[in-house]
Amino acid sequence: MCLGIPAKVVQIDESQVGKVDYLGTKVKTNFTLLENVNKGDWVIVHAGFAISKLDEAEAQETLELLREYAQTLEGNG
Amino acid sequence: MDELRDKRIIQGLLFDIEKKTRAFVDPVKIMEVCGTHTMTIHKFGLRKLLEEAGVDMLSGPGCPVCITPNEIHHAAIELVTENPNHILTTFGDMTRVPTELGSLQTLVPASGSMVKIVYSPAESLEIAKHNPDKEVIFFGVGFETTIPAIVLTARFAQEEGIHNYSILSALWIIPPPLRAILESKDTEIQGFLYPGHVSAIIGEEPYRFIADEFGIPGCITGFEPGDILLAISSILDQINEGKARIANEYARVVKPSGNKKALSLMDDTCETKDAYWRGLGFISKSGLRMKKRYSRIDAEAKYGLSIRYGASDLPGCRCGDVLKGKISPPECALFGKKCHPDSPHGPCMVSFEGACLAYYKYDRRG
Repeated sequence: MCLGIPAKVVQIDESQVGKVDYLGTKVKTNFTLLENVNKGDWVIVHAGFAISKLDEAEAQETLELLREYAQTLEGNG
Repeated sequence: MDELRDKRIIQGLLFDIEKKTRAFVDPVKIMEVCGTHTMTIHKFGLRKLLEEAGVDMLSGPGCPVCITPNEIHHAAIELVTENPNHILTTFGDMTRVPTELGSLQTLVPASGSMVKIVYSPAESLEIAKHNPDKEVIFFGVGFETTIPAIVLTARFAQEEGIHNYSILSALWIIPPPLRAILESKDTEIQGFLYPGHVSAIIGEEPYRFIADEFGIPGCITGFEPGDILLAISSILDQINEGKARIANEYARVVKPSGNKKALSLMDDTCETKDAYWRGLGFISKSGLRMKKRYSRIDAEAKYGLSIRYGASDLPGCRCGDVLKGKISPPECALFGKKCHPDSPHGPCMVSFEGACLAYYKYDRRG
């Protein structure tokens, strides 16, 4: 039920309604729960509503942390 | 972000976890609060891998379909079987929950009435707009992730003067049951994986009491295998350092203060109530109801419903014990026999996030 999909905003109108692209499928989405959403932003969509904007810098930080673990394994044989 | 499922990274994380649990005599017990986490853990075989690395995972109360008691289903069933020209809309899982009165899928509706499955609360409101000669009731269930979407339709209905729309609400908030679990004397939980999308709305602060009052570590996390393992690694660090805090591994989605717009909407439309959870009973201030000025949209007020809660699980169903973490699903006598996904005997075998379904699909032996 709390499943949320990361998707890219492809259309948004003045009433905060638009579409996201999720793996090539355009899904009708309501953006009222967010502030300053623009075309091209990545958001988490849950039950037809965008509930959070993805933060690219934070995502990069997690990725770097993860990559370190692959090296940990190499270090330990 | 393929790294979140990369085999070498996952192996590296498991190696790190195993190293951190070596000093413990018994397995470290960590509860995944959220049902979507339960699914990730089972689907990717992490439960067994973590067991080998010294961590036992316990499923928490984080499946809204599962913890919604049968009494609310009875009310929904009666609304659509006794009232003509009513459309009851709800999420798919809700229609399959079996009760003494059958399920929303098996009932015989009153003349001109029907049950309709929706993906979004917004669809329910659309159905009301397109059917002005019918009453539309949205049977809305959810945690903080879903509540803003549900109550937003109440606000839209109010603003747009849509009078044939109401909400039968089963709205649950996550931190109070965690307190209830920690206050029960037999708990052995040493850490919590906090739900990612509930936290996207509520932020970090509502969990603070868990670290400060109970000294239990925790980490907000996402839904990929790499997310889950990073969070477990953080919880183990907290245990080893003797310093419990609210870590946030899912910062790419969860801001420390959550989603302020959604929180203020919830504040504006809802107030807390003592709510009855399947298996856990009444928990102080653990549910939301709509404020008086929205009573025209609150189905309980609109139809004068008085829902009485008690033990209404089907005979033999032990979903309540599963939700409390008292038994694991295979310990229920009905599991895989009388109760399976094609013919569920309780909601934990219905919901995609239910612990019984997760065990049935991914961990059934024999």
